[in-house]
Amino acid sequence: MSAYTPPPLPSDDKRWKIVNGTMRKNGFARHALIETLHTVQSSFGYLDDDAIRFVAHSLRVPLSQAYGVVTFYHYFSLKPPGKHTVTVCAGTACYIKGADKLIATAEKKLGIAQGQTTKDGNVSLMVARCVGACSRAPVALCDGEVVGEVSPEQMIEQLERWTVE
Amino acid sequence: MTIEELEQIAKSVQQENAKYDYELNVCMDLACASQGAEKLKDALVKAVEESGKKVLVRRTGCMGPCSHGPLVRVDPQETLYSKAKAQHAERIVAQLGGEPVAELQCELNEHFDSQVRVVLENAGYIDPEKIDDYISRDGYKALLLVLTELTPNGVIHRITESGLRGRGGGGYPTGLKWGTVAKSHGDLKYVVCNGDEGDPGAFMDRSVMEGDPHRVIEGMAIAAYAVGASKGFIYVRAEYPVAVARLTTAIREARRRGLLGNNICNTPFNFDVEIRLGAGAFVCGEETALLASIEGKRGTPRPRPPYPAMSGLFGKPTLINNVETYANVPPIVRNGGKWFFNMGSERSKGTKVFALTGKIANTGLVEVPMGIKLREIIEGIGGGVPKGHKFKAVQTGGPSGGCIPAEMLDVGVSYDALLKMGSIMGSGGMIVMDDTSCMVNVAKFFIEFCMTESCGKCIPCRAGTAQMYTLLTRICTGTGTMDDLELLEQLCSTVKEASLCGLGQTAPNPVLSTLKYFRNEYIDHILHKRCPAGVCNMESRVEVVA
Repeated sequence: MSAYTPPPLPSDDKRWKIVNGTMRKNGFARHALIETLHTVQSSFGYLDDDAIRFVAHSLRVPLSQAYGVVTFYHYFSLKPPGKHTVTVCAGTACYIKGADKLIATAEKKLGIAQGQTTKDGNVSLMVARCVGACSRAPVALCDGEVVGEVSPEQMIEQLERWTVE
Repeated sequence: MTIEELEQIAKSVQQENAKYDYELNVCMDLACASQGAEKLKDALVKAVEESGKKVLVRRTGCMGPCSHGPLVRVDPQETLYSKAKAQHAERIVAQLGGEPVAELQCELNEHFDSQVRVVLENAGYIDPEKIDDYISRDGYKALLLVLTELTPNGVIHRITESGLRGRGGGGYPTGLKWGTVAKSHGDLKYVVCNGDEGDPGAFMDRSVMEGDPHRVIEGMAIAAYAVGASKGFIYVRAEYPVAVARLTTAIREARRRGLLGNNICNTPFNFDVEIRLGAGAFVCGEETALLASIEGKRGTPRPRPPYPAMSGLFGKPTLINNVETYANVPPIVRNGGKWFFNMGSERSKGTKVFALTGKIANTGLVEVPMGIKLREIIEGIGGGVPKGHKFKAVQTGGPSGGCIPAEMLDVGVSYDALLKMGSIMGSGGMIVMDDTSCMVNVAKFFIEFCMTESCGKCIPCRAGTAQMYTLLTRICTGTGTMDDLELLEQLCSTVKEASLCGLGQTAPNPVLSTLKYFRNEYIDHILHKRCPAGVCNMESRVEVVA
């Protein structure tokens, strides 16, 4: 096999080494694109242009293809997340039990639409397809922690707790 | 690893467990965990230490009735405690050997009695991160049996004989699929496990992967031996971080025990498994889209043939089965195909795990023999619709399925019966709706889902679902006309007939089934500008009147 020299890391930020590690583990193969993007997102919180360029270049994937993959999958985010994230589940069981009211409550309280972050960068409001905790519907993830049977009042309480901080 | 060594491990686990007088099994599945199971377990460990009693506190996978969580089962008495909190820990431990704590005791006999546990046989009994716990309950016995006593054809014969059909929803005969991959030529073949449980409202596969991960790996290894594959991939949703962690641990442990890797059980059989993360695309549950995603590409389906059995992952022959399908394999191998064949209905054999959710008293996971009446699941096991509301419909099969009305509840659950009613088996989500749900709005919910999840490759699905959504929105806001309804029905048949993959072909099902059974609700919305359930906001009606 001919020796392949991957491009240098974008900066001396240690997180790039983790990203590079994922690619090396997969032999810089093209099929490692999604795996690598997952590593970028878990290390940096989101995918910015520099990261996509670096990964595409390292794996010798056309930039268009890399960007196509990033925008195809809902899990990848191109915007940095807020300090806190509330993710309301909008799966069928949650919908039946009133997830739409929760989303509307949060949108009104935060003054933003779903998928957005408050201007001060404090709270992001996301909507998930299903987190698999259907038996406790309606469900919200508050900074990753599953909270079941959420009422609109509880939602407001949680959001206020975050604003006070 | 040999059968003797495996039995030795099982024996030592049993000896270790025999040192304890009691076992406290704490369910740590997502639903119980979100209600404080972690704290409860810590409190129980502390209370046990202080009491000096010989008690084993074990964390387990999902026990089933999630709405009663956090759950604790006291063994050997098999007393089930529901809604147990950390503050109850001392009393639970103090009462061991005496009368059970009455206020926590949970009487769910009707819930459990009509269930048959095959896939979930270990759920609630083993620590999912301990391979030895799995081995002590006949784990990996089937794999070693297969490697030492059966030929690949013998394995396929046994699976065919069992009548097992794909549990991902399609219901393709598993033995037939394995046989096709086995006959495909190629030096390299792959085995893929579809753990991209994208159906909103379903979480069976998550519970199996989290509660009993080795069962999936064992099933895959047996499949690999049968079809002649040496490499496996488990494709899991990124939204299931616990499942990913448990599977990662399980793979590492299995390698350490020599149950994955080269020359497994001193035979020429080599097999290893890797995990691939999904990234939130419903369409990746479709097999060709899933394969594209493993290859690092956009998850768009491609026309079949060639089927993955001939040309799949990286162009090699590939076997794809769902999590639950693989989970059924070890018990079938151990107990024989006939044992499995004798369970279930005429053309749907064995058991099926359902995630029972929505407006029902006992939400959670249930495993029932095929052929059981829907009424028995909903009214018996599920405990019926709570708060004095009236049952309206049960939705099966997720966005590809349909709504089944009350008058059809006496039909037995099977692939064919559900299809006949305009729904599908699907992966096993069962969402109960009562008189507060508007069926037109439900149809709109699913079409919106399919519209946003359509990959955009073929026009009938991409444009068709969007147009259907517009029409349904009109009906839901009171501006729809009877012409819209006719157009909607035409679109349904076009999208169904002309779409490339399963997503588009089944997307109209929620609309068609609600039109079939709840047409009067559509008419109410259109002609009387009224939503019978009071869900839809008929703002425009006010405008019309004003």
